Amino acid sequence: MAADSAPRSRKPDPARGARISRSPWREQAESYFIHHRKVAGDSAVRMWRTPVASLMTWTVMGVALALPVALLLLLTSLQGVSAGWESSARVTAYMQLDSSLDQARALASEVGSDGRVAELELIDRDRALAEFRATSGLDEALDYLDENPLPHTLLITPEENARSADGVAALVTFIEGMDGVERVQVDLGWLQRLNAMTDLLARAVWALAILLAAAVVLVIGNTVRLSIESRRDEILVAKLVGGTDGFVRRPFLYTGAWFGLGGGIVAWILLQLSLWWLSGPVERLAGLYRSDFSLSGLSIDGGLALIISAMLLGWLGAWVAVKRHLDDIEPGEIAGG
Amino acid sequence: MIEFRQVTKRYDSDHTALRQVNFHLGRGELAFLTGHSGAGKSTLLKLLMVMERPSAGEVVVGGQVLNRLPRRQIPYIRRHIGVVFQNHQLLFDRTVFDNVAMPLEVMGASPRDAGRRVRAALDKVGLLSKEKMNPLQLSGGEQQRVGIARAVVNKPPLLLADEPTGNLDPKLSADIMNLFAQFSQVGVTVLIASHDLALIKEMGRRTLTLDQGNLIAGGNPLQGGSGGR
Repeated sequence: MAADSAPRSRKPDPARGARISRSPWREQAESYFIHHRKVAGDSAVRMWRTPVASLMTWTVMGVALALPVALLLLLTSLQGVSAGWESSARVTAYMQLDSSLDQARALASEVGSDGRVAELELIDRDRALAEFRATSGLDEALDYLDENPLPHTLLITPEENARSADGVAALVTFIEGMDGVERVQVDLGWLQRLNAMTDLLARAVWALAILLAAAVVLVIGNTVRLSIESRRDEILVAKLVGGTDGFVRRPFLYTGAWFGLGGGIVAWILLQLSLWWLSGPVERLAGLYRSDFSLSGLSIDGGLALIISAMLLGWLGAWVAVKRHLDDIEPGEIAGG
Repeated sequence: MIEFRQVTKRYDSDHTALRQVNFHLGRGELAFLTGHSGAGKSTLLKLLMVMERPSAGEVVVGGQVLNRLPRRQIPYIRRHIGVVFQNHQLLFDRTVFDNVAMPLEVMGASPRDAGRRVRAALDKVGLLSKEKMNPLQLSGGEQQRVGIARAVVNKPPLLLADEPTGNLDPKLSADIMNLFAQFSQVGVTVLIASHDLALIKEMGRRTLTLDQGNLIAGGNPLQGGSGGR
């Protein structure tokens, strides 16, 4: 039996060799991409077939992603505020009450020639009183005073490069050391506190973001695990006919990435909705504080970055599940006893 | 094509499935593997599919010793082995065509090439007209033929069948056996595990008989030749 089939047996082998030579790498690569496209499409279609379950996963992901991103946006807005105020930080130097206008002018020219000073305004005591009268509403009370209680005042705007907290502090010490200066005031304390708070908030937000990203990975991991269970037969057959680990994993990794895509889009929508909902009250509040503070939304770039990171997280979650569960499915049990 | 050299497979609990099995199957040879249940037929097939590794001895397929094969190489060996199961292992969420195309998809064949080869395989088993149907719509015999088409679609040099006629009536069983005989005629080595003794007798081919893990009949016809190697 073996003998009579031996001459004919050589047939299949040359055929296989010829097949390989007929499919150069270009064709291989092409069919590889076609396969990827097919798997990606199949995974998307599968997701589409269970719209409610998919939508729920997307929403969970969307909420988990929107929360840290919203806080980051708020943080950016706050940092914008503090930067804005820092740039308008002004140093006010009050002169001694008994110093004359000439002394004040001399001081002003001396301070004004310093390299760290961008702008300088001298408000003499008469003008200061007039302005105070106009704005304070204490008109009549001031009439009872014998003399002007206000000193000459220098309003100093520091140069751009001296506007840091340290730079302003150095400038203050410099002006304080000058003759005829009673007191130098700079309202940076609250700004430093705001900065410290935003720094703290930034850390908290990042910690939260990392935790929620981990949650997203776990949610996707669990969803993909269920999907692996439901496609057990297919995995077994694929492994039996010689599917590599990469081949078997591929649809699930795409599934994870699609979940990520959906989650990212939901997160973006949630962010835009809440921004739109909050923008009115925020504007009114900012108006009350005479601030031009506004909540900044997500730019197109930011939105795309959000979606891409969501897809990466989804892919990662799928990878975790696939690594944990796919290796367990081995076709050992398929052949009966 | 296949060679077992002193192969022993022992499972943990003192259960020895195969004891020092020796045999050799040449290219284009068709042989039956028989024995009562639990005699070790499935274990022998699993060793060939690298689902299990032998406890001792060597399993050689196509000149490659499977014992030392790294795990990542296993898929590439399986691409050269077609397997037919008693319960078909067809997927009911796709058409007959897509079921048969799976081995080609796994290999990364181009869709054009795959289409041609799937139709050739379906034509061979006489199911070309049913390529768009779901396997659930087919009869048991037809499902088994779809399984065979899937096993041979990438023209493997080795075809294994585990009770391929287990659920079929004698007429259908004979048809399936004829298909296997045709494959062996074009050079495919075919090993069929079966306990349908009547059918085996009718076919009149070489028969390997296992009893409690021992190969008691049908071992190497050329004992001296391969035993020494």
